Amino acid sequence: MVNRNAEDDILLRVEGLKTYFFQRNAVLKAVDGVSFTVAQGEAVGLVGESGSGKTMTCLSLMRLVPQPGARIVEGEIWFKDENLLDITEHEMRAYRGHRMAIIMQDPQTSLNPVYSIGEQVAEPVRLHLKERGQQAMTRVLDALRAVRIPRPEQRLVQYPHQFSGGMRQRVVAAMGLTTQPELLIADEPTTSLDVTIQAQFLRLIRELQQESGTSVIWVTHDLGIVAQMCDRVNVMYAGRIVESGRVRQIYKEPQHPYTRALLDSVPLMGARRDKLYQIEGQPPDLRSIPQGCPFWPRCPEAMDKCKEQYPPRTSLGGQDFVHCWLTEEGR
Amino acid sequence: MLKYIGFRIFQALLGLWFIATLVFILSRSIGDPAEVFTARNSGVDAREIMAAKLGLDRPVHEQYLKFLGQLVRLDLGDSVSNGIPVTQILVERMPATFTLGLVALIFALALSLPLGVLGAVYRDSAIDWIAKVLAFLGQSMPPFWSGIMLIILFAVVWEMLPPAGKGGWQSYILPGFTLGWGVMAGMVRLVRSSMMDVLDSDYVAMARAKGLPEAVVIGKHALRNALLPVLTYSSLVLGAFMNGSVVVEQVFAWPGIGTSAVQSVVRRDFPVIQGVVIVFGSFFILINLFVDILYAVIDPRIKYTP
Repeated sequence: MVNRNAEDDILLRVEGLKTYFFQRNAVLKAVDGVSFTVAQGEAVGLVGESGSGKTMTCLSLMRLVPQPGARIVEGEIWFKDENLLDITEHEMRAYRGHRMAIIMQDPQTSLNPVYSIGEQVAEPVRLHLKERGQQAMTRVLDALRAVRIPRPEQRLVQYPHQFSGGMRQRVVAAMGLTTQPELLIADEPTTSLDVTIQAQFLRLIRELQQESGTSVIWVTHDLGIVAQMCDRVNVMYAGRIVESGRVRQIYKEPQHPYTRALLDSVPLMGARRDKLYQIEGQPPDLRSIPQGCPFWPRCPEAMDKCKEQYPPRTSLGGQDFVHCWLTEEGR
Repeated sequence: MLKYIGFRIFQALLGLWFIATLVFILSRSIGDPAEVFTARNSGVDAREIMAAKLGLDRPVHEQYLKFLGQLVRLDLGDSVSNGIPVTQILVERMPATFTLGLVALIFALALSLPLGVLGAVYRDSAIDWIAKVLAFLGQSMPPFWSGIMLIILFAVVWEMLPPAGKGGWQSYILPGFTLGWGVMAGMVRLVRSSMMDVLDSDYVAMARAKGLPEAVVIGKHALRNALLPVLTYSSLVLGAFMNGSVVVEQVFAWPGIGTSAVQSVVRRDFPVIQGVVIVFGSFFILINLFVDILYAVIDPRIKYTP
């Protein structure tokens, strides 16, 4: 972990990002005013239930929201000193796969079945580093070695169907890391892997991150992974970040009732509890988010005020903050 | 790969043998050919002479073996109406039909690939609508009618193209387009839907996330996957060309196998019909064999599962 408090150390700063889906009769607010920062070399978690807008936030960062249908309507995405929402599509392509890379959820489907592994890993090398032939191959082999794929020379000419799920995800990671990006977005990359393979993969990414100093955004609904992988965590609910803080702080003193509920619903080894805690109700329909705090219908501590007005940002010192009337009123 | 190809060739030979046997059985189960070829009041002698000439006086198994033996030597007997060897008739007429089929396939592919791909990429745009209308027309108009309409427009009214017959390259355009249009209709839809599926896939999103230009994302990563079902369809389509050629060759007075098929049916020229059926069947099997091998070349997953 590198020094990550100095202001000039910020790699990515997202301000008021809004990404909406425009449907026939409704507007689906998938990302509704998200702001967060990622420092150089820092690992930031993005946590929330399915449908809370995590994946859409990541796709917005790469300007790859599904077309047609979705659109980034507002906000700023500062990558160092350039706002990614101001540059042309052509300039944006120089970022994708070069300065920022993504690992997607499902390794079974994120590799193209008709091209060899070597070809697919070599693509960003040829495209962004302008290396060809033997030089590019050497880099591809290095990348495959870095993600601990055994016998990379032989595996190079093989196709995705000849790889296991865990190995495929390593290939995807190698594909992202060959160009030594400054930011790696990992969108639930271990969800479809079984637990032992998952642990191996997490350790691998952690090591690679520490070696290269790459910043990472970890998207997950698994708070165990966050504890293991991240320095900071942003908790998302209904398209907004409701709490942000250092991992240790949040685990020790969660402020938002939603964060607390998420932590309570994680099974703990050795802890004696008759029944695992469960958050009542369903996440809100993003086409009609309730007025006030979107979490109030499910919140055990909801007050009248929560139903009327969205809580303002309450600073918790440093960059930590929470959006909750309980904290706001309590001070 | 070699094992796969070997296995498919074996399957193809099996298919050929099956067609030959079917033709043999059918030609003997729909009545006595000797009866058909002799005049109604010509008496028993003429019938027996005809039967002896066709080899029908021999036991069935002997006839069958002789038939297969001749077939292997590409001897399909002689035409009953004019005594010319069937093989010779077929060899003379095959090139015209095959070149017409090829032109039709080129028309169909050249129209449906770009229209289907662009329709999938730019959904509901003008080009998508043009593709839909062309496909709709092609699918709903029978070729004998659309062929005549095209002749009226391009040959009679505008005098741009020859109305019928086989001559220079211009003469291929109208029959080729007529034959290809109906096929192109289904193909456009297939390319479009298959492309749309592929465009939604994770590996296409991944290709974009690598920073590849959209042309490479579509042309390299999406198209090759989208072509797999199209290739399968093309093999079926070439079979449809064989059927279609019977009609289209009549409309355009095209000197191909389709025309001989119609003529020989009218003249009850049994050996020629047999020959046409065997040629069409074999062609269909060969195309399937070719496409299966091509499939294995395009999709690496196929080689290992014969």
